Formats: sequence, structure tokens, C-alpha cells
Amino acid sequence: MNKKTVSNLIILSIPAAVILLAFFLIPIVQLIIVGASGEEGIAAYASIFTKPRHLESMIATVLLSAFVTLVAIAISTVVGLFLVRNRFWGRETLISLLTFPLAFPGVVIGFLIILLAGRQGLIGAVTKSLTGDKVVFAYSIAGLFLGYLYFSIPRVMLTIMATAEKLDLSLEEAARSLGASQWRVIRDILLPALRPGLIASGAICFATSMGAFGTAFTLATNIDVLPMTIYTEFTLNANFAGAASLSIVLGLITWVALFIARSLSGSTVAASG
Amino acid sequence: MKRKWMFNLQLAFTLLICAFLIIPVILSALAGVTVNFFKGLESGLTFRWIIEVWGLYADTIFLSFFIAITCLIVTLIIGIPMAYVLARLGGRPARMIEEFITLPVAIPGLAIALALIMTYGGFRDFRASWLFILVGHVLYTLPFMVRSILAVLSSINFTELEEGAASLGASFRQRLFQIIIPNAKPGILAGSLMVVTLSIGEFNLTWMLHTPLTKTLPVGLADSYASMRLEVASAYTLVFFVMIVPLLIAMQMASGSKPKKKKQLQKPKQTLASRTTK
Repeated sequence: MNKKTVSNLIILSIPAAVILLAFFLIPIVQLIIVGASGEEGIAAYASIFTKPRHLESMIATVLLSAFVTLVAIAISTVVGLFLVRNRFWGRETLISLLTFPLAFPGVVIGFLIILLAGRQGLIGAVTKSLTGDKVVFAYSIAGLFLGYLYFSIPRVMLTIMATAEKLDLSLEEAARSLGASQWRVIRDILLPALRPGLIASGAICFATSMGAFGTAFTLATNIDVLPMTIYTEFTLNANFAGAASLSIVLGLITWVALFIARSLSGSTVAASG
Repeated sequence: MKRKWMFNLQLAFTLLICAFLIIPVILSALAGVTVNFFKGLESGLTFRWIIEVWGLYADTIFLSFFIAITCLIVTLIIGIPMAYVLARLGGRPARMIEEFITLPVAIPGLAIALALIMTYGGFRDFRASWLFILVGHVLYTLPFMVRSILAVLSSINFTELEEGAASLGASFRQRLFQIIIPNAKPGILAGSLMVVTLSIGEFNLTWMLHTPLTKTLPVGLADSYASMRLEVASAYTLVFFVMIVPLLIAMQMASGSKPKKKKQLQKPKQTLASRTTK
């Protein structure tokens, strides 16, 4: 590259650089500073372990996210493999329907769960006519779980499908011709081959669930997931340092999870919501 | 025989999952046009709720459109040059810069919104204007624009084209506007659709950044979920779906139709997989 090209490239990157510096880098540094400026100082960053309320919220969020991730992977592997390996009428439509919810904001997903399992929801109406008891769980941890599952399935499925498309079918055929049972083919050939995709999609799913705010906000459950804790600290308790330090910790967790996903699958940007 | 049985079982499971994702959407659409959702469809169909939504929330719909289009313009102006620089740079430095640009997507919106408020909240006029929301949306959508263009640029041999043009005496400006941008079009189109869709649906950042006078559609939605009757909330959600679904279909079509240029490395599925909003 000659001098002229270099100066051209620098000029071209100035607009993006200025915006990222002014509205991202400086604010994040400010957030880190505010996080350490409360009564406890730097110790605020350890509040996840020292404050029972924060610790509880952290454990609940991690457990919920991990469980959602496992279930989403199990469901999406079955569905994704099926859609990649079979050609049938309506397949494209099914794929479209299964991926549409990707663009739904968390608030809308929360509302959809209310329509499904809320006080006037479908599940309530069906169970009432069947058993006489109205089952309502939208506002409990089960509702939260269902909401997280709703936005996780499309995401995880797409990543798994992308991996499954590259699988070498001849390996499976070879194993079968040597007499391996279906179960052994799945355990010894299919799952190991899918592993990078599974880990990547799992990491994306985990990160998204950890940072999910809209769904929890709409369902307004009594379980405080981490983003809700941050929100209450900031708006209700005016504990800016606490909110800032928790945000930084949460941001680190989601970034590391997505970094793992990216280094395994190469081209995945997953946002957190 | 056994295969057929396995196929049917898997199909049934897939349909079940599909039902889980789609039935609530249908319920919401129906509730939005039903006179009384609690009584069911027998109570009759009506546009009353949609008209009510229009009266209450039309301004949020306009603001969302306005912010989405402005956001698109900004991400085009700063994103196209940035993607070109990254494609030209290549290697480790480019990947590190890309990682940095992608950070606002990897960190929960809530955290970024807090950072913005804690830094610029004191500038009253800025804080109270729609520009404050725009800043958040630009940060959040820029990575999608840059990556989308970058994917196309790194799959074609644009340096060769550029050198050819340069040897014929084309200036840098001419090369940029007549070679790079036309060739990057599929990526620019996919990125643009993504930016608009994401901006219209963005909630996590916007909820923190908005003021009572700058409410966007998702903010209004959250508001209606908390305070309006189910039918109104559903009608509002229906309006949102009507806005977002054409964009989604366009997005799927854009990523499905492969441009005729050489072999595209761009993975159609991944472009969608990438996005997220919760």
C-alpha cells in the first residue's frame, strides 16, 4: 500500500471512528468509572458475590439461561437436522416460519407468552375446559423460561442447520454399513461432527438469555433476572454505581460467551437483547 | 417402513415447535380485531381497536420510521467506508477492529444505554431529543451493516478491479463510487434491510433512552402491555407485525437470491442467524 492509499483509508475510517469513540468508548469508560465511584468503591464489582440480592439474581439468571440453552439445543438439533436432511413439500415455509421470530423484540415475545399462558391465555382456556382448573404460568419462572425458549429456538436452529449442511454423510453411511446401530451413529459420528455448531449456538443462546431485558420486563415476574436487577437499581434505588458495576459484569459475561461462539463458528454476530 | 415412521415422528415434532412459535402470533392478531377476546370470536370482528391504537400511538409509529430511516442513512454513510477499509486492511488488524465495532451488539443494550445516560445525560437538550435514541440505534445496527458489506467485499476480488480502474486513470473517488459501491450492492441491500428491521424493533436501549416525548413503537408497545386492555395491546402488536413482516420477507429473499458474481462465500442462513433482539 502506498502512502496515498493509507491516507485515503484513514480518512474513510474517520466518521465511524469518531462516532464509536464519542458514543461508545468514552461512555463505557465512564460506566466503568461510575461503577467504582459508589460508597464501596471498586468493591462494587464484587457485589455479585457479596450482596445477597445480587448473588441471588446472578444465580437465577445463570441457571435459567443455562437450562434454556440446553433445552433449545435439544429441540433445535432435532428440528434442524430434520429440515436439513429431508426435502418435502412445505419445507421452505416451515423454515421461514421457524426463523421469523428472530426479529421480534423481547417485549413482544413477553406479550405473546401472556397470550399463551396468561390470565386470558390459550393454555388457561384449554385446561379450564378440560379439567376445570385454569392453568396460568406466564408470570412465573415457567413463563420466563417459555419466553426465553421462544427467542432462542430460531437462533440456535439456524446455527445448527448451517453446521449440519456441511456434514459428511459418507461417514454415517460407512458406519451403518459396518453394522452400527442408529444410536451409535448419532453418538459417535453425528454429535461429534455437530459439536462446534452446538457449542457456538449454545454460547449465543446463553449470552442472549443472560442479557434479555424486554421479555422479563413485560412478564414482570417476581424472579429478578440480572437485567431487571440492574434496571431496578438504576430507576428505583438510584444506585448508579451498583447499576453500572453490574452492567459491566453482565457485559463481560455476554461478550466472553459470544467470543467463544465466534472463535468456534467464525461468522456469528449475536446480539444480546 | 421404519424410516417412514421416523420421518413422521420428526415432522410431527417440527410442526409442534412451529405451532409454539406461530400460534401466539395468530392469537395476538386475532385478539387485535376481536370485539371481546375473553368471549372469543363469537363477539364479532372489529377495527375499533386498531383505530384506537392509531389515535393513541400514531406518533410512536412515525417516530420509529423516522429514526429507522435516519439510522439507515447514518450507518450507510459511516458503514460503507468502514467496511471498505476493513476489506482493504485484511488480516489481524481488520479482525480486531471488527471485534470492536461488534462490541455494542455483544454487550446488553441496557448496559450501553446506562453508559450513554451517565456520560451525556447532563446535556439536557440532547438527552431529551430523538437524537439520543438515534445514537443508540446507530451503535447497535452499525456492526450488521459493516459485516454484511464486508462479507460481499471479501468474496469478490475487488482489489483487482480497483487496480484495473486505477491503471486506466480512475481517481480514488471514482473507484469508490463506480467500482466498490456497485459491487458491494447485495451486501448494502441486506445490511440496509437488517438495519431498518432492527431499529424499528429495538427496545432494550430505547426504553432507557426515551423520554415521554420521544416514544418509539416498541416503547409504546411496552406501555400498552402494562396499561391497556388486551385487545388494544394486541391491535398495536398487529400493527407492529404488519410493519415488520414485509421487511423480514424482503430480508429472506435478499439472502436467498444469490448474486451472479463468482462464487459467493456469503452464507445466506448466517446473515439472519446473526441478528438478535431480546
